Amino acid sequence: MTSAAKADAPLLEVANLTISFPGDVGLVPVVEGIGFSIARGETLAIVGESGSGKSLSALALMRLVPRPGRIAPESRVRFEGEDILGLPVPAMRAVRGAKIAMIFQEPMTSLNPVVTVGAQVVEAITLHESLSRQEARARALEMFKLVGIPDADKRLDVYPHQLSGGLKQRVMIAMALAMRPKLLLADEPTTALDATIRAQILAVIRDVAARTGTAVLIITHDFGVVNEVADRVAVMYAGQIVEEGTRHEMLRHPKHPYTQGLLRSIPRPEARGGKLEEIKGVVPRPGQWPKGCRFHTRCAFAYDRCVAEAPRRTAVTATQGVWCHFAEEGRSP
Amino acid sequence: MAAYLVRRISYGAVTVLGVLFLLFVLFFAVTNPDDIARKAVGERARPEVYVQWKKNHGYDKPLFLNREYAASNAKRYTDTLLFEHYRSMLTFDFGRSDADDTPIADRLLKGAGPSLSLTVPLFILDVVVAVAVGLFVAFFRETLIDRTVLVLCIFTMSVATLLYIIAGQYLIGMLLKWFPISGYSGDSSVIWRFLALPVIVGVISGFGSDVRLYRTIFIEEMGRDYVRTARAKGAGDARVMVAHVLRNALIPIITNVVIAIPFLFTGSLLLESFFGIPGLGAMTVEAIQGNDFATLRTMVYLGALLFILGQILTDVSYAIADPRVRLS
Repeated sequence: MTSAAKADAPLLEVANLTISFPGDVGLVPVVEGIGFSIARGETLAIVGESGSGKSLSALALMRLVPRPGRIAPESRVRFEGEDILGLPVPAMRAVRGAKIAMIFQEPMTSLNPVVTVGAQVVEAITLHESLSRQEARARALEMFKLVGIPDADKRLDVYPHQLSGGLKQRVMIAMALAMRPKLLLADEPTTALDATIRAQILAVIRDVAARTGTAVLIITHDFGVVNEVADRVAVMYAGQIVEEGTRHEMLRHPKHPYTQGLLRSIPRPEARGGKLEEIKGVVPRPGQWPKGCRFHTRCAFAYDRCVAEAPRRTAVTATQGVWCHFAEEGRSP
Repeated sequence: MAAYLVRRISYGAVTVLGVLFLLFVLFFAVTNPDDIARKAVGERARPEVYVQWKKNHGYDKPLFLNREYAASNAKRYTDTLLFEHYRSMLTFDFGRSDADDTPIADRLLKGAGPSLSLTVPLFILDVVVAVAVGLFVAFFRETLIDRTVLVLCIFTMSVATLLYIIAGQYLIGMLLKWFPISGYSGDSSVIWRFLALPVIVGVISGFGSDVRLYRTIFIEEMGRDYVRTARAKGAGDARVMVAHVLRNALIPIITNVVIAIPFLFTGSLLLESFFGIPGLGAMTVEAIQGNDFATLRTMVYLGALLFILGQILTDVSYAIADPRVRLS
């Protein structure tokens, strides 16, 4: 690959990613054959209900799928043209935290409770770069200021339990971005936070990522988050992607009944007093996925073809694609 | 923290008073001073000897303010055995042994050295081995290594300590002749030869349950979110296990370890008596066999005192290890 082609290639390319866990009868897939890509500096949101496999997909990009889960050998993850899944362990460690960083849903428990937050950010730096403690501390301080932690100088020396949830998540962001990674994985970063803090944290992620040129993969179940930060959106259901497209396409012209259902279940100010719609039922558990289209058991429009046959990707526009028989047949549900 | 410590210490003081009362009931009401004296001087001793012995050991006073007290020529409540019991124990004036009339304080000083020379190396080795093996098998959890070590732990736990002592003395002492079967020497250049066997036996008989406990603690810590964060930062296995998992697991480990520290002083009943180490453990066993109530009472009291001390020490070290406790 020439350097020009490399610059053009997406930052991250995922193809055929399958993650399975051993069950009573062999391996049970939890994520099955998903694919997506992220360009440099772009923000992709993966949306879905709990149990759709979106968090595991993000962990797989770091090769941090918890034991005994495993990534199937036919899965492909290319980051800056490099095969992440084939990297030797030390090379993978050099990627983690330095080129791809991650923040998690629970800022309360994601920081080491017995180490000062400053030391934890310093560790994230010195694991990858041989800096003196003072230099690393100066970088940590700079990051604290960048993510808007007030009294940053003093806050370096406090323990996690002395900070609020919002500040802890800012520390996590500072730690994740300290090495200027190319890609930030944010797994439901605002779910555990108060509504008022939520918007602030999203703004920090958006602004700091924009300033450092970091691409973001944000995982959420909340279309409000999508609206705030995403450039593109992929919707996951039962271990598969069912629809993908730009933010505008997905919010304005969703084609999949599941995406439409998710959007209708958002409370809107103009619909006050009306009944909030919901998608009946729950996501089927791995190993109990129905045949055909996996959504057919909850889909109001399902007909015999949905039960019998799994839908293929239908391109709606150059950027939007949907896995639904209605779109395949050129009809709307 | 200071206020908390004061509260803990005052609870401890109340507990000590309660322990002393129970001791009094056990030693002077359940078995009474007359029995103790008769056993000490022998059934056939002349009455004067018996009375004199009771007087020498301070057992000639009425138990407390009862009918016996009214009948005696005691003038004040301080002339009762109950008061004397509290006074002597609380001021560490332990009196003389019922068996050979030596001051108990001297016996304590003489026995503490041999006891500590056995228990301190045993304790340190046990903690180091159990923590290291626990960390190791926790890292390799659910693999063949882990299962093998677990089976080994359960096996060593299931065998009685006595069997280890006898087997150790027979195999290592008699057949292999690596170390003497038993005995002790004050000479510091040869002392280790006498201590090696009891220390080995002590570690083998104790480490199974400790490894299992530490393994559980480590595995619980390894599942925590901050461990995932550390991995996501790019930390390697060794760094994750030592700097993050072990550092956090120190908090529960300390609870298990620090409470045992004061008891190093009282020695080991079994190991000392079987390996002929003239420590406080052997002395306690001797006191039980020889009806030496004065010595036994002192040892039980010191044991209770050390237990309370261990609990307070645990709280303090807990605060040192955990900033959430220290700073609240």
